[in-house]
Amino acid sequence: MVEEKKYAAIIQGARKVFQANTGLSAVVLKELADYLRGKRFLILSLIVGLTCFAALYTAAVTIRSTVGRDELEFVFLRLFTTSGASLPFSFISFIAFFGPLVGVILGFDAINGERDRGTLSRLLSQPIYRDALINGKFLAGVIVIAIVIYSLGLLVGGLGLILIGIPPTIEELLRIFAYLTLSVIYISFWLSLSMFFSVVFRQTSTSALAGIAVWLFLAVFAALLAGMVAEAVYPVHDTSDINRILAQTKLQQNLSRFSPTTLYDEAVTTLLNPSIRTLGPIMIEQIIGAIKGPISFGQSLLLIWPHVVGLIAAALLCFAAAYISFMRQEIRA
Amino acid sequence: MVAAENRLLVETINLTKRYGDFTAVDSLNLKVEKGTVFGLLGPNGAGKTTTILMLLGLTEPSEGQAFVAGYEVTRNPLAVKSFTGYLPDNVGFYEELTGRENLRYTARLNGFSGPEAEDKIATALAKVGLSENADKKVGAYSRGMKQRLGIADVLVKDPQLIIMDEPTLAIDPEGVQELLGIIKNLAKRDGKTILISSHLLHQIQEICDEVGIFVKGKLMAVGPIKELGKQLLQGKPLEIEISAQPDGERLLDLCQGINEVQSARKDGDLTVLQCTKDIRETLSKFLVENGFSLQYINLRGVSLDSIYHKYFQGEVQ
Repeated sequence: MVEEKKYAAIIQGARKVFQANTGLSAVVLKELADYLRGKRFLILSLIVGLTCFAALYTAAVTIRSTVGRDELEFVFLRLFTTSGASLPFSFISFIAFFGPLVGVILGFDAINGERDRGTLSRLLSQPIYRDALINGKFLAGVIVIAIVIYSLGLLVGGLGLILIGIPPTIEELLRIFAYLTLSVIYISFWLSLSMFFSVVFRQTSTSALAGIAVWLFLAVFAALLAGMVAEAVYPVHDTSDINRILAQTKLQQNLSRFSPTTLYDEAVTTLLNPSIRTLGPIMIEQIIGAIKGPISFGQSLLLIWPHVVGLIAAALLCFAAAYISFMRQEIRA
Repeated sequence: MVAAENRLLVETINLTKRYGDFTAVDSLNLKVEKGTVFGLLGPNGAGKTTTILMLLGLTEPSEGQAFVAGYEVTRNPLAVKSFTGYLPDNVGFYEELTGRENLRYTARLNGFSGPEAEDKIATALAKVGLSENADKKVGAYSRGMKQRLGIADVLVKDPQLIIMDEPTLAIDPEGVQELLGIIKNLAKRDGKTILISSHLLHQIQEICDEVGIFVKGKLMAVGPIKELGKQLLQGKPLEIEISAQPDGERLLDLCQGINEVQSARKDGDLTVLQCTKDIRETLSKFLVENGFSLQYINLRGVSLDSIYHKYFQGEVQ
């Protein structure tokens, strides 16, 4: 009897949870269907897919011509990091470049698009919580990003296997998986940022432009700005003043780490290049006596753990901002 | 008392909404009984949409409370929204989806799926006469069709209360007639309670059991259209205009002799009498008995239209 009651209570509880989430699952399914059937998604995946395959091909050709000369370690990872003479970009630089664009394009009209079409008030008058809409949209966006990134990574890996004929080691697989996951998080940051703009700005073109502006700023100007500020704070007049040079370099690096782009770039480089042991400036005396060799996956991960946390925090922060401003917003058109 | 409360589907108590210094809705006490069609009439910017959004829990009231079917809206928004259908003004749909697909999404948001949802969708579409166009993309719909799809969208959840915000706006006259027919059927055949907001009195007066005139966030008068005139005219002089043959001084003198007539004056072809009450019946008899032939008699200003205009002009100024 007691058991039965317990089960009944559990079933009822589950039903309640389910009912509270019907709105969320309905929104997620609808948005997923919209993304996957939409032309926007088709065009995006065509661009990203084509460039990545071009990068893969160049990498494979380069690796095949150099594989006899260089050491043979981590060849599979080089599929992702190598660029060639004909195409000066690697797979990772393409993802780093197009990833933010994908995020911005998926999210820039999330809320103001609904408002424009006059569907927002109709949706919110259905028996769902208001946050189900924004949560569902974000979740659907992240799912789409994950589908694109993982399938692209696996495709490139598979084709690379055929092209160079060297199977990956477990560690390489782990590193690639970590890299792809990191990319999903990074692009989700851009998704949440552009969703924030879609809540704040009433015009879809404004929010798209704002997203692209932030992307350009972080990708191009942030590093420049960090350098300028660091130079102003610690001007180096004497090239033998090592402490000052060090202070300037450190400040510049820390400043530029405010940009998720820098965080992502550093983390990716560390993940896919096991010979990187540190990300900061390093003294010659520190290297003396060190045995040259790659570090393990665990050590690499440890090195970039702050970066990962920072990226997740940035994505969540943007989403929280979008969430709060959406919850407080007037619904009327 | 309990019975009386049960009859009320919508009730607001001192409902107030302020945006900064601007008071959009001012201490609104609205009561809508079950099974009636209530028209919320007022010029643009009177606070009609704000009131509706507060009734749906989509906007927080600054003060006061709103109840729908006994539920406090701010505390049970989900319950209220599950049996209240809302047709916003300028209702929009996903243009790249068909009418049926749009409704399917609404059904899913209401927790219906599978054959149950398809049944509800088909019934709703049939009620608004869109069954044949259900599988066309909404982008190809006319405005009137979209509006009807909006009603179908509301009907999918089988609501007790339907709230429509300016449903007849920007639709051609034929479309308006169609729409009004559908609304009338919903009220009479299906027994739904309907709250319509509009600034177009002529279009909705024939389907409303009761109207409330809403100006500057305040409800000026509530009641069936016929009684509304009287209510609004309270304290104002009652004027009867007549035209009778033979017209002349004798008519004026005679009229001034009637007890209820305070004064009489000529106004063009008409003779205007200020009265203490509506004496049209006795007046016409009286005039005929005195050898006049009555050609025209009218109680001035009681047509709702003119009162409505007066209020709205006041609003504009």
